Amino acid sequence: MAANEVAPNVERNVRPREETRAFEKYLKPAVNIIEVEDSLVLTADLPGAGKETLDINVEKGILTINAGVSTEAPGRPVYTEFELAPYYRQFQVPESLNNEKARAEYADGVLTLRLAKPEAAKPRKIQVTGG
Amino acid sequence: MANWDLFRELDNMRREIDETFRNYGLGRSMAAGFLSPARNRFPLMNVREDSSNIYVDALVPGVDPNGIDVSVLRNAVTISGERKSPLDEKGQVVHRSELGFGKFSRTIELPGEIDTEKITAQSINGLLRVTLAKAEHAKPKKIEVKLS
Repeated sequence: MAANEVAPNVERNVRPREETRAFEKYLKPAVNIIEVEDSLVLTADLPGAGKETLDINVEKGILTINAGVSTEAPGRPVYTEFELAPYYRQFQVPESLNNEKARAEYADGVLTLRLAKPEAAKPRKIQVTGG
Repeated sequence: MANWDLFRELDNMRREIDETFRNYGLGRSMAAGFLSPARNRFPLMNVREDSSNIYVDALVPGVDPNGIDVSVLRNAVTISGERKSPLDEKGQVVHRSELGFGKFSRTIELPGEIDTEKITAQSINGLLRVTLAKAEHAKPKKIEVKLS
């Protein structure tokens, strides 16, 4: 199982993506990562993100989730608890994952990403025949 | 700092204090770590206003819009619902668990009186926006000054 461990990169809540180049702030979405028999399922909360702005890619073992949000809101603020900003987070994933079979769904602000495990990593049941 | 408003700051401080004591003694430890371990309030809310409406925005990712209950009593709005936890699959291994699931209910005080007949709510991409029309007598009135 250790080979399929998914490790996140640097952790901080809102951070400039590249200190010197971009002044824009990014939010790090909260995620659940669950490994099931044939795949790795990543669930991320991206409230306020538009489906068409989602950008998910896997390159050289790095999974990147990028999503834009519309920050326009009517009126003037009275009381503020959250701020909307584009979402950005990266994870290291095993390069052996079958990216051809990756599937993503987005509903009610939640992204569900299924990354298929390579055939070799799937548990195989061997039937024992008595003689 | 340009539009720093002492009264608004005081009001926000009072809200924070109310919020702190509201959960005191009853399941505080359960409430903490509901949406994520770092947050003890769910859902997070923003309140905005213009001359005719008050807008309450709430972050409700993963909550079915049909299952969200919005109710208004005088000048307080209550948002409640449930985020259903996913079914456990056989032989699953959890690598990272930052999301919270379960029922929630939260009441927030509005900055003025509203017309309870004119309230709309819509949830798009996990962002709920409740639009409440201000009561006629609470709206600012423009008075023409005539030169005599």
